[in-house]
Amino acid sequence: MHFEFKVQGGDFVRAGNASSQVKKILKQLNVDSSVIKRIVVALYEGEVNIAAHAFNGVIYVDIDTERIIIKLDDNGPGIPDINLAMQPGYSTASPIVREMGFGAGMGLPNIKDNSDDFKITSEVGKGTCLEILVNLKVNQEGV
Amino acid sequence: MENASFHHALKIRTDVCIGCAHCMRACPTEALRVSGGKAHLHSDRCIDCGECYRVCPTGAIIVEQDDFQNIFNFKHRVALIPSVLLGQYPDDVTPGMVFQALQNIGFTEIYEVEDSVEYLIPQINDYIGKNQNKKPIVSSFCPAIVRLVQVKFPWLVGNIMLLRPPLDLTSSYIRGKYKEQGFSELEVGIFYVTPCAAKIAAIKSPVGEDKSEITGVINMDLIYNRTLHEIKKKVVSKDQDTFNSQLTPRSITWALTNGEASHINGRCMAIDGIHNVMEFLDKIENDEVAGVDFLELRSCDESCAGGILAASNRFLTAELLRKRAKALAEFNHGEVNQSKLLQYQEFLVGRIDLSRVEPRSMVKLDEDMAKAMKKMERVNRIMCYLPGIDCGVCGAPSCLALAEDIVKGEGAISHCVFLQKVMEQSKLNPEHSFKIMKKIWGDNRCMKDCEKPNQNK
Ligand SMILES: Nc1ncnc2c1ncn2[C@@H]1O[C@H](COP(=O)(O)OP(=O)(O)OP(=O)(O)O)[C@@H](O)[C@H]1O
Ligand code: SF4
Ligand code: SF4
Ligand SMILES: [Mg+2]
Repeated sequence: MHFEFKVQGGDFVRAGNASSQVKKILKQLNVDSSVIKRIVVALYEGEVNIAAHAFNGVIYVDIDTERIIIKLDDNGPGIPDINLAMQPGYSTASPIVREMGFGAGMGLPNIKDNSDDFKITSEVGKGTCLEILVNLKVNQEGV
Repeated sequence: MENASFHHALKIRTDVCIGCAHCMRACPTEALRVSGGKAHLHSDRCIDCGECYRVCPTGAIIVEQDDFQNIFNFKHRVALIPSVLLGQYPDDVTPGMVFQALQNIGFTEIYEVEDSVEYLIPQINDYIGKNQNKKPIVSSFCPAIVRLVQVKFPWLVGNIMLLRPPLDLTSSYIRGKYKEQGFSELEVGIFYVTPCAAKIAAIKSPVGEDKSEITGVINMDLIYNRTLHEIKKKVVSKDQDTFNSQLTPRSITWALTNGEASHINGRCMAIDGIHNVMEFLDKIENDEVAGVDFLELRSCDESCAGGILAASNRFLTAELLRKRAKALAEFNHGEVNQSKLLQYQEFLVGRIDLSRVEPRSMVKLDEDMAKAMKKMERVNRIMCYLPGIDCGVCGAPSCLALAEDIVKGEGAISHCVFLQKVMEQSKLNPEHSFKIMKKIWGDNRCMKDCEKPNQNK
């Protein structure tokens, strides 16, 4: 099954829409709640990153009986040093964003921790792409 | 694993129901459908919130109670009354007068539900301290909320506070007291005066408990009428006040909004109104809210002051009770009866915990993920054809609800009027589509009738 969601840079009000929708779908599919939680947390962080750091983006969600694959593809400034960005606590968030309670530098590490497979690619001046895979059956997850 | 049938105090009288679908639109869990010109209840989805009861224009939805005469089967006839009962009467009717009136109509003893609150408060604080990993703790007070969590927020069942609510604790206390005095259980009937249907469901099919200690349930509106009658007959008076309310200030307001939250340690929030609660639980479920210790969640607006069986306006009830609590606090500084607390301790040994509350999700399309996925794909396909205006003419509360009914085998695509119009262009003959409408809404729905009950309200 395939779903798509659009995210607008700067729109923190609506960031969270995709994770909410995906949560609803996974509940209807009777996916284990601990697995849903990991997916929702990872997706939410990804959405907020687009809202906080990029201009706009599209989220592609593919679900089959084994796994969910989420691709977050954005147009934005890109990330110059991915290793640095992946470090817990590293953030370039502006004071405004920090005032809203974001910018602890925990988003990307959190996404990685909650995924069974995680890939990030980025091109400065163009955009960033995250791919998140989570196994839906409890017994095959690595956690 | 999942219990198929649950006791609901709310019943639809098919002889009175006109199939107007008001209830169907009001139900927060989409538990109602219209067919054969009548409303039908989906037993395992209903959470007993009573929203349907509020909107029914013909009084077809009733709250089933025990026969009042049953109280006379007992030597000791205990009226177990909620504090909100005492807030139903005009200002000058004192609690003592209501107590006399209750005796006049046949009760021999009167106990107040919130009597156990002073005992419960430290237990709750203790519980929260010990269950840091289950935060936010969701109060077990309102049975409609416990059921809501079970069916719509199954992952949050672990957050429900596993302590018995005041109603249960007080009834155990009463049983303990009579036992101590040497009376057999058969001599003592405890009759709870309920402000809502949810409490009845909680007594008749308890969650996290085997059996209730309450003998029977009488609706608060009935008790209100009978006692007010006594009071109006002037057979009770202020001067004969022999009994009086035993409640402390915080017990008096416990069942009101913020009654619990304002006395629990830590960061506590109080939310009333079923739709407000659902909105907030959605956030909790998404982990969007951090650092909350305790949630007081009540199905009714203004909590139990707004119970469906209340006679008085909910805002006036809340105001009156708050005023009384304040006056009492100024008078006795909220003194607590210590010997009573000790008795509670004694009688409730090993009797304060609820056992696990089980989830019973009504959101999943199928137990089996592969099957659920097939069904979801079908739902999505059907949704491409449905008009998306949620008119309810199909007898389901929304287009999505109809689509889900169809994949569960409980509905048909031809129930949609819009698709009927489309199908009439090819295979469906108008005669047949008219028949379908009659099947949903009853034979007479399209007949001229100037006396329709909800025509000129
Ligand atoms: N989609 C993106 N486009 C551009 N830069 C990004 C993107 N996502 C993350 N970054 C960069 O990586 C840094 C680290 O991201 P991370 O999500 O870990 O922390 P944060 O967003 O700054 O704070 P938090 O997520 O804890 O609120 C960000 O500060 C930002 O510089
Ligand atoms: S009591 Fe509440 S949940 Fe049950 S049918 Fe009525 S509105 Fe729906
Ligand atoms: S808020 Fe009170 S009156 Fe309303 S359903 Fe809950 S317990 Fe009953
Ligand atoms: Mg981030």
